[in-house]
Amino acid sequence: MVQLAELEVGQVVAEGEFHLTRDVLVHYAGASGDFNPIHYRDEVAQSVGLPGVLAHGMLTMGLAVQPVVDWIGDPARVVDYQVRFTRPVPVDAAEGATLTVVAKIGTVDVESSTARIDLTVTFGGETVLGKAQVRVSLA
Amino acid sequence: MPVNPELQGRVFPPTEPYLVGREKIREFSRAVFASSPINTDVTAARAAGYTDVVAPPTFAVVVQELTLRQLLSEPDAGIDFTRVVHGDQRFSFTRPIVAGDELTATLTVASVKSLGGHSMVTAESSIVDAEGAHVLTAISTLVVRGDE
Repeated sequence: MVQLAELEVGQVVAEGEFHLTRDVLVHYAGASGDFNPIHYRDEVAQSVGLPGVLAHGMLTMGLAVQPVVDWIGDPARVVDYQVRFTRPVPVDAAEGATLTVVAKIGTVDVESSTARIDLTVTFGGETVLGKAQVRVSLA
Repeated sequence: MPVNPELQGRVFPPTEPYLVGREKIREFSRAVFASSPINTDVTAARAAGYTDVVAPPTFAVVVQELTLRQLLSEPDAGIDFTRVVHGDQRFSFTRPIVAGDELTATLTVASVKSLGGHSMVTAESSIVDAEGAHVLTAISTLVVRGDE
């Protein structure tokens, strides 16, 4: 069990690396019900001015919180989670795309026994989410 | 066509109840690389104090999506679906979603703003269980690109 008193602002508490392929996007489309074809058909993506198939923003959001869930040991301890979608993640048919996640302590609130975890999610050296914040309960 | 500013404050009818299935949670968990056994293993979930497997935090989008469809298909909204980009997303929980929950969502248009030729629509979907108790609120800001 993570102890609130042991947490320091700025401390890295979790990290993760996720490799996305077209198969992963199709799986997410089916699981989530988001069948927008820009997530699995290059010609549709290109017809609306995109370089090619993009990952679902909600897939990036969904996986980015997982290192934090593993760290606190219970998905139900995530009491608030927000992100801003700042840059698309193109998923090449052959190469795929690798996302990295670093989770740091943003603030610690002893009164409410919660901590804010700030996520840095990058693809190809650039961040793809802004203001990615997870509030976790450590009560 | 610009987004109708009169949408602000509009409350949509509650969606039909959505029954959260155990296998749906497992499928969604695999799709977002969730590795906690509490997401997939009933025994582990019960040992942690839940009645059944717990959904990953972003699973709520499946229920929220039903309300966003209402918004996008509203005849006088003026939202061109092909110009919509997801700007930001938030989930604020009172309690986690657990398999067996029967969830109903009600969307309120919190704000409609114009910014540099684009419109930003913030939609808040309040999701409650079969007893009417609050489970979470899902908030999306949709950016509707103006004419180039």
